[in-house]
Amino acid sequence: MKRDTPGRILLDHGSGGLAARELVRGLFLRHLGNPLLDELEDSAVLDLAGGRLAFTTDGYVVDPLFFPGGDIGALAIHGTINDLAMRGAAPAALSAAFVLEEGLETAVLDRVAASMGAAAAAAGVPVVTGDTKVVPRGAADRLFVTTAGVGVVPAGVRLGAACIRPGDRILLSGTIGDHGVTVLTRRAGLALEGDLRSDTRPLHRLAAAVLAAAPGGVHAMRDPTRGGLAETLCELAERAGAAMEIEEAAVPVRPAVRAACELLGLDPLYLANEGKCVVVAEPGAAEAVLAAMRATAEGRGAVAIGRVTEGPPGRVEMRTAVGGRRIVPPLAGDPLPRIC
Amino acid sequence: MFEWTGSGDGAVEAWRIEVTGTVQGVGFRPCVFREAVRLGLSGTVANIPGGVEIRVEGPRRALEAFCRRLREAPPPLARIRSLTVRPEAPGRAGTGFRILSSREDRSAAAAPVAPDVATCGACRAELFDPADRRHRYPFLNCTDCGPRYTIVESVPYDRPRTTMKGFAMCDACEAEYRDPANRRFHAQPNACPRCGPRLALLDAGGRPVAADPLREAAERLARGEVVAVKGLGGVHLAVDAAAEAAVARLRARKGRPSKPLALMARDLATARRLGDVGAAEAALLEGARRPIVLLLRRPGAPVAPNVAPGVHELGVMLPYTPLHHLLFAEPACPPVLVMTSGNRSGSSLCAGNDEALERLAGIADAFLLHDRPIAARTDDSVVRVAAGAERVLRRARGYVPEPVALPRALPAVFGAGAALKNTFCLVRGAEAVPGPHVGDLEDAETFAFYQEAAAHLSALLRLEPEAAACDLHPDYLSTRYARGLGVPVLPVQHHHAHAVAVMAEHGLEGPVLAVVFDGAGLGPDGTIWGGEFLLARPAGFRRLGSLRSFPLPGGDAAAREPWRPALALLRAAGRAGGDPDRPPGVLRQIPAGSRAAVLRMMELGLQAPATTSAGRLFDGVAALLGLRARLDYEGQAAMELEALAHRAAAAGERPAAYPVALRRGAGGWRLDFRPAVRGVLRDIGRGAPPEVAALAFHRWLSAATAALCRRLARETGAGEVVLGGGCFQNRLLLEDVVERLTAAGLRVYAGERVPAGDGGLALGQAAAAGFRLQGGA
Ligand SMILES: [Fe+3]
Ligand SMILES: [Mg+2]
Ligand SMILES: [Zn+2]
Ligand SMILES: [Zn+2]
Repeated sequence: MKRDTPGRILLDHGSGGLAARELVRGLFLRHLGNPLLDELEDSAVLDLAGGRLAFTTDGYVVDPLFFPGGDIGALAIHGTINDLAMRGAAPAALSAAFVLEEGLETAVLDRVAASMGAAAAAAGVPVVTGDTKVVPRGAADRLFVTTAGVGVVPAGVRLGAACIRPGDRILLSGTIGDHGVTVLTRRAGLALEGDLRSDTRPLHRLAAAVLAAAPGGVHAMRDPTRGGLAETLCELAERAGAAMEIEEAAVPVRPAVRAACELLGLDPLYLANEGKCVVVAEPGAAEAVLAAMRATAEGRGAVAIGRVTEGPPGRVEMRTAVGGRRIVPPLAGDPLPRIC
Repeated sequence: MFEWTGSGDGAVEAWRIEVTGTVQGVGFRPCVFREAVRLGLSGTVANIPGGVEIRVEGPRRALEAFCRRLREAPPPLARIRSLTVRPEAPGRAGTGFRILSSREDRSAAAAPVAPDVATCGACRAELFDPADRRHRYPFLNCTDCGPRYTIVESVPYDRPRTTMKGFAMCDACEAEYRDPANRRFHAQPNACPRCGPRLALLDAGGRPVAADPLREAAERLARGEVVAVKGLGGVHLAVDAAAEAAVARLRARKGRPSKPLALMARDLATARRLGDVGAAEAALLEGARRPIVLLLRRPGAPVAPNVAPGVHELGVMLPYTPLHHLLFAEPACPPVLVMTSGNRSGSSLCAGNDEALERLAGIADAFLLHDRPIAARTDDSVVRVAAGAERVLRRARGYVPEPVALPRALPAVFGAGAALKNTFCLVRGAEAVPGPHVGDLEDAETFAFYQEAAAHLSALLRLEPEAAACDLHPDYLSTRYARGLGVPVLPVQHHHAHAVAVMAEHGLEGPVLAVVFDGAGLGPDGTIWGGEFLLARPAGFRRLGSLRSFPLPGGDAAAREPWRPALALLRAAGRAGGDPDRPPGVLRQIPAGSRAAVLRMMELGLQAPATTSAGRLFDGVAALLGLRARLDYEGQAAMELEALAHRAAAAGERPAAYPVALRRGAGGWRLDFRPAVRGVLRDIGRGAPPEVAALAFHRWLSAATAALCRRLARETGAGEVVLGGGCFQNRLLLEDVVERLTAAGLRVYAGERVPAGDGGLALGQAAAAGFRLQGGA
């Protein structure tokens, strides 16, 4: 991929890495910036005559549309619910807008819509409004979905990178890399051994359990989607003005995912997840939060992976199995070989 | 020899002489003093931040003779950059000659601090003289030897600004220090057993051991224990090099399964039993810099097989501190010790005592430490003699902070360096000062060392960079560090930087032909370069040709697992479809499913970036020849391939090179590796020894390189060729290419005092950026 094409949007701008951050900060915030948007959290929390409303939107473009463990429809529902849940909101309703390419098989659209319906019903969050546009062949790739969502934030809940303090514990709800490696190998038609499945699922029940377990003790929640756990932690650390330290051995990776990553030369830390959540909690609350996470279906594999430290702001380090400390850097885009 | 006859030139004049260069901490002021006294001149000499200032009065001819002596016979470690004379009004000097204490002047540029120097002969004689007051004192030194860069905290170089500041000189030391006739006159680290640093032996838990530290350390070494030994720039881990079990224990604890370990031999005679020592090697081994010298290993070398498995060289150095000399003089001490940097594999060297006790806990059985702090941690340097010259592979102790002269004065630039074998570099005026070898920046301790060393050297040089140069790769931590400095950042393409490093060292402004063979560097087209033929000037380049490109399945995984490039080469050569049960070389060790998946990745372009990397070509061929599927350390497969080829060459084999195929395409010349891959496959298919195929491959690459260079020289009119990149650390390749190009009438240059690999990258970056800032295209 070309890296030196000034003035053009590159795939790197959608990677969730530094290029994406630059685009958001350098372009969108310049034109659209306001105190709520500037927070760059998963959703915005609006104060509406005393009540607090969380509001978020997300566009979904995934190839292939269907993959083991999910599809674009389920992803669009779960992703937006999760963005609300990460701010502590109880999701209330969703919207869905479709951009369809001329010639798309109706059966495909039917399957996607059915999956969305099922996902919304299972989550208990209805799609209450929507829109459809059809564009000429080639102007879009089959099917794009944009969902938006609103939710209500209970009184007293305040979550975000700005609340993070040195000493806080970093908790993770389960294995990483499942979604990213599944979609990548499916897209390429690469059949690998072992069961690879996306982890897409709604996290609002897990988030509610976390908040109930330690009111005030939870400082931030994030779903490590694009850019994976690594980019999520780097961004949280940077915005918190603190450093983070995680234990390599504590971060769970399914053996099939690890094997696929080794073969592909990928680092699971940078792979997308669609049903996992990072919780940053006060040290005193960590045990209770972890127990509450483990008591939910989607957080059964929850573990403590590290802590927030007073190191250089934005720095994320990983204690390796052999006792070294590795820097986990944010990447500009897709990883490029560095070994000379 | 000057003789003043006192004829017509007797009129007294007063001169102010300013000397710049490496003139502090090298006995320059005492030398000035002795010459002035000898010539009957009066005046003063002082260290100033720019160098040394001399105010001197006397007859004109005596003053001229004085300057000539300073220029022609300065102290051995001094390096004069400039000596300027300004006449002054006479009559102020009074009588006699005096050395003034250093003046503070933070506004001017600093005089360079000298590198550390191995113990001199005079000090060694005192060390073992029972009648001397420094008999067996591990920290003796003089104006000609001892610690310099590693103890300097700030400039000008004077005791209060070194880590010796905590040791008040006793009367005897003070008297030597003040006596112009004494060889310790103004020796800043001067010390003796009464007033100087002390040695202590601590057990594994950090508790003092009640015994003679040296004898006890030697006995523990003889028993096979791992002893941490604090030296000049850091802490070594020492173990008996002949004891296989002890070496294995050190490797297991350090997490370093097979990377060759450096050795320290008791003396030159012992070194000669380890490897071939020619005149050049002997001069390096016994010289003031005392680097680790790579020697062709002798059969029957008295070291355990696990010291340097799979390679044909041994890295050997001789004792360079009094402490080392004393340790080897202990009757119990083994004659050859492994002396490897005190760290866990992949991390930076330990320098502080507490740091050593903490970070080496569980690795060292005992600690031989002293209380002279280390201001600047510095690894041992590594050199080899190849193609008739000293080639520095790792530039650190004994070399840093010696400057490299540039062809012209450039703006102040910080070169941020590479990602893994990082060294940074500072450019100031017509000099570049490469920093010490740093290492892998993604190791958090190493990255902290990088920041600390860069700040320290900038402070010593009083240099505030006005710009920073870095690699094009956005994800090198050095690139990100450069971007955080708050000065303009100039990215320099990796292989251009390699070329400019060689040009800078040899004072070339080009255009030259540059052949850069190395692992992987990002090209401006977004692909991964590494086998490049460039037309280079310091400020820019044009790509004239490259190796034929091939996919790198798994990206960096392909650099750690040579079976991947092997499969890519097979596929490119049209031989991947053979019997899947009988693949060549190490591919036999790889499950068929993994091979199939990686082939598929290459077909789909999934995680398989295109590369022209010569380093990965070496790796792939090594794997096809059965050497190894996975690396334990960077460069291992290529080093083992060279060792294999060396064996054939040493046995007198002279296989024909594989056919050379050059094609000119839209993007320039393509050097096609497929005939070589097919040749390798044919040779091993008919049962030829892999040694011979390895040699034929080396000869093919040098023949092809020379053939393309000859064509490019004709096309461009360039008569000079620079060779850069890590692959030219391969002695066989370097010597063969140099020989062929020289025979073709081209002038050939390669790194000498600056590493060919990524350790030299920062110099090229900084120089390229400096030229660009000057607007030289
Ligand atoms: Fe390189
Ligand atoms: Mg979102
Ligand atoms: Zn000496
Ligand atoms: Zn003394």
